[in-house]
Amino acid sequence: MIKEIKILRRHGIQYVPDLKEAFLSPLFRGRPVIKEEPYNTEIEILIKLCPSDAIVTEGGFGIDLGKCVFCKECAFAFPNMIEFTNDYKIAANDRNDLIVRKGDPAIKLNEGIIRPEVRKLFKNSLKLRQVSAGGDNSCEFELNASGNVNFDMGRYGIEFVASPRHADGIVITGPITENMAEALQICYDAVPSPKVIILVGTDAISGGMFKESPAVNRKFLEQYPVDLYVPGNPVHPLTFINGILSLLGK
Amino acid sequence: MKFFLETDNNSNSVNLSDIPVLNYVYFSNMLISFFKEPDSHCLSYYAFKKNNNLKFICAVAKDSNEKIYLSSHELKAGETALKSLTPIFPQLHIFEREISEKFGIVFEDHPWNKPVRYPYDRSDKDKVMNNYPFFQIESEELHEVGVGPIHAGVIEPGHFRFICNGEKVLHLEIHLGYQHRGVENLFLKHDNGIKRCILAESIAGDTAVGNSLAHCQLIESLTDFEAPEDLQIERCIALELERIAVHIGDTAALCTDVGYQLGQVVCEALRTTIINTTQFWCGNRFGKGLIRPLGTNYPLNAAVVDEIVKILTDSGERYYDIAERIYSLPSVLGRFDDIGTVTTEQALSIGAVGMAARTCNIHRDTRINHPFQYFRKRKPQIVTQEKGDALARGMLRYLEVKESVKLIFDLIDQWKISEKSTSKPDYNYKLKPNQFAVSVVEGWRGELCHFAVTDEKGNITHYKVNDPSMHNWFALALAVRNQEISDFPICNKSFNLSYCGYDL
Repeated sequence: MIKEIKILRRHGIQYVPDLKEAFLSPLFRGRPVIKEEPYNTEIEILIKLCPSDAIVTEGGFGIDLGKCVFCKECAFAFPNMIEFTNDYKIAANDRNDLIVRKGDPAIKLNEGIIRPEVRKLFKNSLKLRQVSAGGDNSCEFELNASGNVNFDMGRYGIEFVASPRHADGIVITGPITENMAEALQICYDAVPSPKVIILVGTDAISGGMFKESPAVNRKFLEQYPVDLYVPGNPVHPLTFINGILSLLGK
Repeated sequence: MKFFLETDNNSNSVNLSDIPVLNYVYFSNMLISFFKEPDSHCLSYYAFKKNNNLKFICAVAKDSNEKIYLSSHELKAGETALKSLTPIFPQLHIFEREISEKFGIVFEDHPWNKPVRYPYDRSDKDKVMNNYPFFQIESEELHEVGVGPIHAGVIEPGHFRFICNGEKVLHLEIHLGYQHRGVENLFLKHDNGIKRCILAESIAGDTAVGNSLAHCQLIESLTDFEAPEDLQIERCIALELERIAVHIGDTAALCTDVGYQLGQVVCEALRTTIINTTQFWCGNRFGKGLIRPLGTNYPLNAAVVDEIVKILTDSGERYYDIAERIYSLPSVLGRFDDIGTVTTEQALSIGAVGMAARTCNIHRDTRINHPFQYFRKRKPQIVTQEKGDALARGMLRYLEVKESVKLIFDLIDQWKISEKSTSKPDYNYKLKPNQFAVSVVEGWRGELCHFAVTDEKGNITHYKVNDPSMHNWFALALAVRNQEISDFPICNKSFNLSYCGYDL
């Protein structure tokens, strides 16, 4: 008993008191900022360099965080044009808002397209069923960490549950493999309506490094609207929690 | 007559044509001569198409002399039958199954020729996830329990089918493949060095450092590049940080499974401090981006070293305190001791590697037996356990963390006096033509093996990844035999094997 008290005392207080204002180490690779627009020749180099085709040229130069694997190689190659900040609030509910262009402000949710029932029903309690469909286990680790002693999203009534019957929505990680497609559909069907779909990680949002693989089958996503895109490789717990808090209007 | 080509984990790649091509009888006899000694095991045995033939390559690791032996045999187009070697060497079962699934080769007398992962390029498309041929026993007294692919927690998918007598498990069959993303073929498709490296990081996110290091080592052996000493040390430190973080996280999860809340929360918080140190170093909690071919974007510096020393000193002590408490509490011991035992004989026969082998008192650690990077100069002390039960797997983690912390402190001392190179990564490397390369890294689960074959232009024409889980999933199936089914979660967690590393 005395040993346990000693351990507890040294354990101290571990939870992050304010999840909205928490500070991450400066090197954390969050929202990129385009300081200067590259010229055509540089864009060509960037397109070749980017491992996940995240460079956008239509409508002006941009980086698509739904495709970005946050390797920062573009910023290493052109440090005076691209910089990765440690801003972890990068979740969006409009897919287009994940494209970062020069002069863009911080990423925010588009309030206008949030379905009214989401806030009405889930604001005080959101139970989620997580489905890993080809995820590499890093996003899954971070989702577990979102509920741990440090981040403790349970304080907001957000929780992962075991049964889809108890859930208000599903959280998908991974590019959605052919071999997992049917199980994902069955799980989604088992969640009572109304329900939300949250895509976590670059793999889930765009297929990431696996989008061209014949082993991936993303038809599931063509059928339903997505309520929240949470980019990252993997997603940081603070990105996930803040994304959901914005969705719920908390 | 030459039966094999001798190489080791640090040599540069070899000419593919230098690997002897044996007839199958000689090939089998050669394996018999190796595997009769318990210090040899199969790193990988796989096949790929070469011209019109199917070329089978086997890599055998001999632990006592740090050597790796390569040998091969071939089948002409149209030939599809071979005599299975699994009845003699059960450790080959998974490799023969993999080859059989992919190329339709019939291994005669294979006792357990089940699908492995249902890859998209399998030979028989009629075999689908839904009709996996589960082993069945007809009896009124037995019942079956199916679990998964989606599990109760936030973990990866896989299906477990138990045959039980009351609460007692007679048999467990593990059906995987849900995570199959076609990783190996993507290595060929991606001609860009960054893409390949990031793909290696994504094989298994919990082993991002291990897999990217194995990949970079492979590329470097194909380019005759010898990493400078400081870079080698940095890579070893990164690998050990990953090991420490996962082991502490697993200790937390084991405590969760037996309802010891103090152990759970303390270890969760400690794991956070370790992965945040990795993030402080490279901006990613899992070390993604840290390991790159032929150089690094994040060279170690004094500030990072100070942070590592500070965190490891403090978190280390706290972890030892809680671990000693966990493994002396009767209520916890009652749930771990004698649960899910794998015997040394079983572990040897299935070719168990890494942690699963060391918990059964098998001295198998590639940092020691096939050292790579700076481990050639500073080897860790081997940590083993004797009983092969859940307690041994828990204790091993505790002792390995201790050893890794000591190791990192030594490595840091070495780093301080090493000459500092400033090599940036190079993604436009040119690979040597007509080569075969092998690279082995001891990730926290065990040996991660990457293999590549290049053609006459130096393009990679075949890439193979072997996660330690390939060998070790079978150990879990053996561990739960004659156990209460309620002990399955503890057994599963104590192994913590990879789904995506296996499914690829």
